[in-house]
Amino acid sequence: MSLKAFHVVFLISAIALCLGFGAWQIRAFLQDRGWLDLVLGAASLLGGVALIVYFRTMLKKLRGISYL
Amino acid sequence: MLAAATPPLDMEIPYTAEARPDTGVYNAKIGLWLFLASEVMLFGALFSSYILLRVGSTDWPQGLLSVPIGALNTFVLIGSSITVVMSWLALKGNDFGKFRLYMGSTVLLALLFISIKSFEYHDKFTHYFVKLKDGTELTGHIEGKPFNWSLPKLKASANAPGEIAFHPDAPKRGEPVPDSPHETLRLPVEQIAKLESFGPWRNTYLAIYFTLSGLHALHVIGGILVMLYHWGAGHQLWRKSREQFTNRVEVTGLYWHFVELVWIFLFPVMYIL
Repeated sequence: MSLKAFHVVFLISAIALCLGFGAWQIRAFLQDRGWLDLVLGAASLLGGVALIVYFRTMLKKLRGISYL
Repeated sequence: MLAAATPPLDMEIPYTAEARPDTGVYNAKIGLWLFLASEVMLFGALFSSYILLRVGSTDWPQGLLSVPIGALNTFVLIGSSITVVMSWLALKGNDFGKFRLYMGSTVLLALLFISIKSFEYHDKFTHYFVKLKDGTELTGHIEGKPFNWSLPKLKASANAPGEIAFHPDAPKRGEPVPDSPHETLRLPVEQIAKLESFGPWRNTYLAIYFTLSGLHALHVIGGILVMLYHWGAGHQLWRKSREQFTNRVEVTGLYWHFVELVWIFLFPVMYIL
């Protein structure tokens, strides 16, 4: 498995974590109205979206590199 | 006979740059994946221990770690995974200047991770549990933030104070707010039955937290040393064999991604769940 393949695996995990953590923090904000929860949740969701954009760009950029 | 057994000094190590026909990859990559397989077993055993300890526990502490700080460290590591791939791609594109920029950025991000982690560790060793002789239990900080005090150590010190100024923790979510939440308590030392910091000895959760995060931090430090070598003295290889140097950076990136993937599991397990 090349660095490209491992980077894909890592990015999928990181995107899942960012979106999951973001949703968890937004839920915490809706329960307790803690503004730090909202900031963290929004930042994490935005980070997840940014990682999805980067993921698509990266796949295009590394098209010529093997997964092995 | 002896001379025949000694390898010549100019012997070439095979398959450092080109792929080995039977495996389809160069040797360092196979070696690194075998190493990572052993690492999976090491961390897997510790994660399994965590699950067993947690499932078997009737009272598991919550909210001992700062989620915002853990999240910040997660973003720092995700950023470093991008820069390490960029440094490898820069070498693939024969741009050594960009390689140094991205590899240097990865090292700086890794150092930032370790700095934040050491701040977290320091906070745990200056955070105290106090039990008074009347049975009252308190958690909070001692004035002056002394590092890792204990009752025997406090009593044995040459200028042992008669009392300590104690700032109790703010109430957690759902806990009743006391009448004067920011009051500093003056606790006479002879009234204290137990005093300990939130080190690994405090409870099972902190023991497994320090074991897992400490082992992970050691791996980060190991990665920093290797990446600094590539950034500094190790780059001489670029002049001799560009392909081999690029492969070295790739296996370093593989190792770095493994270390980051461990953190992706460690963060929710230790900070959130």
